[in-house]
Amino acid sequence: MKPNDLQTKLIRAARQEPLQDRVPYAFERRIMARLAALQPVNLWALWGRPLWRAALSCVALTVLCGIWSMTAAPKADATDSFSQAFDRAVFASSDQHLEDVW
Amino acid sequence: MEPTDAELIAAVIRGDSASFEPLIAKYQARVFATARRYARRESEVEDIVQEVFIKAYQKLGGFRGEAPFEHWLMRLAVRTCYDFLRAHQRNRETAFTELTQPECDWLDQYVTAPDNADENADAARQLIHRILARLSPSNRLVITLLEIEERTVKEIAEITGWSIPLVKVRAFRARAEMRKILAKITKEKYM
Repeated sequence: MKPNDLQTKLIRAARQEPLQDRVPYAFERRIMARLAALQPVNLWALWGRPLWRAALSCVALTVLCGIWSMTAAPKADATDSFSQAFDRAVFASSDQHLEDVW
Repeated sequence: MEPTDAELIAAVIRGDSASFEPLIAKYQARVFATARRYARRESEVEDIVQEVFIKAYQKLGGFRGEAPFEHWLMRLAVRTCYDFLRAHQRNRETAFTELTQPECDWLDQYVTAPDNADENADAARQLIHRILARLSPSNRLVITLLEIEERTVKEIAEITGWSIPLVKVRAFRARAEMRKILAKITKEKYM
């Protein structure tokens, strides 16, 4: 028996073997999951998401406060304005002093 | 209309990693077929294929589009298989005491009447896989590409990155190693 002939025969046997190209179910998804796990963590994105949420909450709170202050503010002609009352309180002592002098 | 390979690759490079999934779905069968030529256990085959696609994803920026994506991917697949063989070369089979009964029967048939030994028999295929498993990684790669897949020396040089004279030298050595193994089998079994 010649090894050369046996070699040729066995190589021919290997050539005739059909390609085994079956693929396990959803193998591409497994690779995609692995790729997602391999991707580096983006610190800016990690910070960005909660910061955007916080910013939106703040804007919403500001708008609500604005609406509340506009609706709940006292009417100007119902009482004296705040500035007039403030003026009177601040200058009360000086008014008294001036009256005494005159 | 389905996007072309070039469009999908451009999308992946731009950062749309989801566009890589259709490329995997399209070429995974070919990569599995290649990996099964070098590894027998299904878990090893899956590991090789997974590594091929992960490498492809990571190196996609270096794909210049001069050759079809399939050629580039298959070159990567063969190189990954070669790395696998080198990493596992210590596990190569060393003895033929474990020849199965059908393999022994096929050899007996070949010895008594070489022309009647069926090349399509599973035993013949198992035997050639057993012999390939005993070859060194580079010899196994050359025999697989040159003799089984019937590629040219130039193609092998492109796939492996070896020079053409080196491929020829390795092919010569690979055939010699294979003949030596076959001589050893016949000596162990029939003398």
